[in-house]
Amino acid sequence: MKASNELDPADFARRIRVHALRMVHAARASHIGSCLSMADIMAVLYTRVLRIDPDNPTDPQRDRLVVSKGHAAAIVYASLAERGFFPVSNLETFCRDGSALTGHVNHSVPGVEVSTGSLGHGLPIAVGMALAAKADGSARRVYCLLSDGECNEGSNWEAVLFAPHHKLDNLVAIVDFNQIQSFGRVSDVLGLQPFADKWRAFGWHAIELDGHDIGALTAQLATSLQVAGRPTVVVAHTVKGKGVSFMEDKLEWHYKSPDDRQLALACAEVGA
Amino acid sequence: MRNAFINTLIVAAESNSNIWLLSGDLGFSVLEPFAARFAGRFVNVGVAEQNMAGMAAGIALSGKTVFIYSIGNFPTFRCLEQLRNDVCHHAADVKVVAVGGGYAYGSQGYTHHAIEDVAIMSALPAMQVFAPCDPAETRAATHLIAASGKPSYLRLSRAGEPELAAGKPNDPYRPRVLRKGSDVLILASGPIASVAMVAAEQLGAEGLDVGVASVACIKPLDEGFVRDVAPRARLIATLEEHVLRGGLYAAVAAALAFGPRRTPVLGLGISEQLSDMSVAGSRDALLATAGLSPPAVAARIKQAMAGAI
Repeated sequence: MKASNELDPADFARRIRVHALRMVHAARASHIGSCLSMADIMAVLYTRVLRIDPDNPTDPQRDRLVVSKGHAAAIVYASLAERGFFPVSNLETFCRDGSALTGHVNHSVPGVEVSTGSLGHGLPIAVGMALAAKADGSARRVYCLLSDGECNEGSNWEAVLFAPHHKLDNLVAIVDFNQIQSFGRVSDVLGLQPFADKWRAFGWHAIELDGHDIGALTAQLATSLQVAGRPTVVVAHTVKGKGVSFMEDKLEWHYKSPDDRQLALACAEVGA
Repeated sequence: MRNAFINTLIVAAESNSNIWLLSGDLGFSVLEPFAARFAGRFVNVGVAEQNMAGMAAGIALSGKTVFIYSIGNFPTFRCLEQLRNDVCHHAADVKVVAVGGGYAYGSQGYTHHAIEDVAIMSALPAMQVFAPCDPAETRAATHLIAASGKPSYLRLSRAGEPELAAGKPNDPYRPRVLRKGSDVLILASGPIASVAMVAAEQLGAEGLDVGVASVACIKPLDEGFVRDVAPRARLIATLEEHVLRGGLYAAVAAALAFGPRRTPVLGLGISEQLSDMSVAGSRDALLATAGLSPPAVAARIKQAMAGAI
């Protein structure tokens, strides 16, 4: 399997941002800020990195993406629909009665590996998947996307300790470092700095980049960034609410849903 | 029991190369033979149960059958949400094996007493719960869960438990009659069934005909068996090394609750342990304190019979 190179990552990012805005607006749902901060990362993963087949979503040799920040469900479903796992029109059912598209990521949706929503669960699962891939002698790679606030959870640090000890160089953790968590700025709630150095001290190969720079993301994620014998962490510096001026870097957009006027403004800014 | 478990798991792992075993840094003098034989499928993950349970889900979702092993409350309570979300919600083929069920680690104190585990594990969706009473049932249950494909909890005691009946248990899902008797039927789960056997003997000498059946599978409970045997006895007693809420007593009582003619059910178990109740003691001493020594069990059954008749 190969990554899909026909899709343009910048255009993909634009499209999934618009979908997520419309979904969150229609459902009066939360977490749009968290969706927008990781849109460019998702776009590069789904257009340049993940070796997956929408026609065979459970192929045993597929790469795995575990989205541990499960509250950003709208952008995950939007990405999967744009990548062809299910019709884009299904996105309209987001959070509706009886829909599989729940407000936190649901594994009954084609293309979703793992249901998440309680923070600190994804990385241990991804570590298990990476260990199994090694044992199978498989070339499949495992990616795990975390939030920065999520790194408060101790379970992550158990996994961070484990992965280098077992030389899981087929594992890439990506941290959407948008600097805002549920009830305040990360630096005020529970400071994480020096963040990349913490991972390095645990034995990870750590890279920092601009999480909205499609070129940098593509270069670092799509090429063989793995260092032999060590897992890699990509600390992606992002802006919460990226792409919509009145949402950018604002805690309130962790919760609020745009009204009709705000949706129109936001879509115009993103480029609907 | 733990040796019966690991020896059976080794046999299963020889014919199934997808069987893995993770340990939370416990299993000294027990797990070594598996680790030596299947080095690539054994991982001591360290003292990190949340990571162990999450990893087990990730490995299982990659096509494996994963056993995780630790003491009583550690692979259950410490990583409860990982079991709920990552294992059960994904129907991941993970088996939680706890040693030290009940008061097996008597003198080690409250942290090492696993006396609410069956209730909590039973509440998890699709989790099957096994508490074998002797090595033979442990072997049968281990074989079963190694092949069932279902999330399971296997509650073991320690080492040296006697076999409580001759022959091989056929089906761990079905209760196994250890002793026949018509007046009273004691349903017991776990090695405390041996207490039921002694109490039954004692009551027999006093003229009561007491049967004993081991309920090795608490969830799903064989409710058909319970409903079938209940009307034939004058009293059903349940006996478990566990609090009464959410364990065998609750399951048996619930199975009978809607019946038209209900046989009384006497629940014998451990009371909730409050903060001023922590003392050192052997398993036997702690069971005696809880009113679960053989003479105490016999006396409570006699007393109940007096009230029930």
